Amino acid sequence: MSRNVLVVADLRGSQFRNVTYEALGAATKMAEGGQVAALVIGFGVTDNAKMLGGYGAEQVYVADGEAYENYVPDHYLAALKAGVEEFQPQVVLLAHSAIGRDLGPMLAAHQKAGQASDVVNIEVVDGDVIYTRPIYAGKAFTKVKITSALAIATVRPNNLAAPENNGAEASVIALNVNLGTARTSVRELVKKAATGVDLTEAKIIVSGGRGVKSADGFKPLADLAGVLGAAVGASRGACDAGYADYSLQIGQTGKVVTPDLYIACGISGAIQHLAGMSNSKVIVAINKDPEAPIFKVADYGIVADLFDVVPALTSATQKFLAE
Amino acid sequence: MNILVCIKQTFDTEAKITLDNGLVKEDGVQFVLNPYDEYAVEEAISLKEKHDGTVTVITVGPARSEEAIRTALAMGADEAIHVEDEAAFGDEFTASEVLAKVIQGLTYDLILAGNQAVDDGSGQVAARLAELLGIPHVATVVKVEVEGDAVVVHRDAEGDTEVISAKMPVLLTAQQGLNEPRYPSLLGIRKASKKPIEKKTLADLGLNPTDVASQVMVVETYLPAAKSSGRILEGETAARVQELLQELRQTSKVL
Repeated sequence: MSRNVLVVADLRGSQFRNVTYEALGAATKMAEGGQVAALVIGFGVTDNAKMLGGYGAEQVYVADGEAYENYVPDHYLAALKAGVEEFQPQVVLLAHSAIGRDLGPMLAAHQKAGQASDVVNIEVVDGDVIYTRPIYAGKAFTKVKITSALAIATVRPNNLAAPENNGAEASVIALNVNLGTARTSVRELVKKAATGVDLTEAKIIVSGGRGVKSADGFKPLADLAGVLGAAVGASRGACDAGYADYSLQIGQTGKVVTPDLYIACGISGAIQHLAGMSNSKVIVAINKDPEAPIFKVADYGIVADLFDVVPALTSATQKFLAE
Repeated sequence: MNILVCIKQTFDTEAKITLDNGLVKEDGVQFVLNPYDEYAVEEAISLKEKHDGTVTVITVGPARSEEAIRTALAMGADEAIHVEDEAAFGDEFTASEVLAKVIQGLTYDLILAGNQAVDDGSGQVAARLAELLGIPHVATVVKVEVEGDAVVVHRDAEGDTEVISAKMPVLLTAQQGLNEPRYPSLLGIRKASKKPIEKKTLADLGLNPTDVASQVMVVETYLPAAKSSGRILEGETAARVQELLQELRQTSKVL
């Protein structure tokens, strides 16, 4: 059965995040002869829009304007509704990001639609789209089917395969959006994401636990992250102790991450932390305690003081990557 | 100030998940008030302490959910509404439609909820609910201040902070870092047993099971493949670090 699929692009500034391409790949797979379109909402985003054609979007709807400079739910929802009205999709895919997580359920409420959140795999089985998603932060998974006329899904970054850019250009259609007055307003935006690498989309994460001992103790971890182009994360223990900001917390409470490489430093590996990171592709654990549960999920373990190993790893990595 | 808090009872985050006949097994599992909802309850109570008013907790769930309600009441919430009806236990569509019906008959200034439940982890219900009620919402808040008839909140947006204002009534979802939930006192626990819990069914709400039937069907539930244990690297620090880098590049191909 063919279906039209609308992908809501996820942006950082005016650049598309990789998850946008990943969602377009899934959209192409499930369209089965239907059309794939993208929707780009933002300020100054029109110039970039056509390149989404290279990843499978035949047309790109654009809501471009100052009203979209910051994420204002009412404005973004108005644009999304206009896009849905125009394209009449059977499926809407969004990123499971700050914006997608918020916007998906809003649209779902208006359309009385079913939604699968935080999807890590999409397949078509006997004509049905089957979405795989974690429950209990990845301690288990479910495969679900959506029965409503419109299906909505938010996809987790780093899990679906992004197609190669084939260089095609999509036709760009400016949307006419009836904005209205937003009921919330952004007073201020404080940028504080430490390394500029977002945790949920990072390919490599260097993470610290109680063993890091203080906020200063995160310094060597940040240095290693800097050399690797990685994001810095933390366990609940480290956040509760005040060593790291809660926005860095990884675990069942906190963020669930699936990077290619996860380096756990001074993290014992409580079940609630393991739930948030054990689906990473490769896990390295550095801990003084050979009995720490983190070693049970680690591909490589180093039993030693992190304050010896991490600086040594940083300088060795610097040389290694330069070779 | 009248505050409603939507709560859910969930597995404890330290719980191991096992399956029985393709379903998640509940036997022997310790249940708790969803940690994110605990922040919401705490925030509601501390706002009430500053601005007066009442705190009403609302849940949709089986009989065992009453324990989570009692926890919230023992922390300091005043009363509770419990929708206990098999036909009301479905997906996020179901939960939000049922909650909206419960809330439409109430007067309120603020609705608080956790930004997600640690079991299903969808984070859909609160945003859906706000839309169904026709009120604005702000997700993942880490600080709340009341200014006249509006709230000014700090919101965690992927590590950055947005400062957002909205007129009440408004719905806010709690992110960790919002506060430090209090432990119920002995007196609080004793008082909680006397506080009213209003039980409701779908019929009481004027809903038919078909109105709120799930739109997401679970086809299969499975556990991830167990990881085979890895290698412990031995030797001097420098040698171990070198070996690790080689392995990461050549065997794991992640560098």
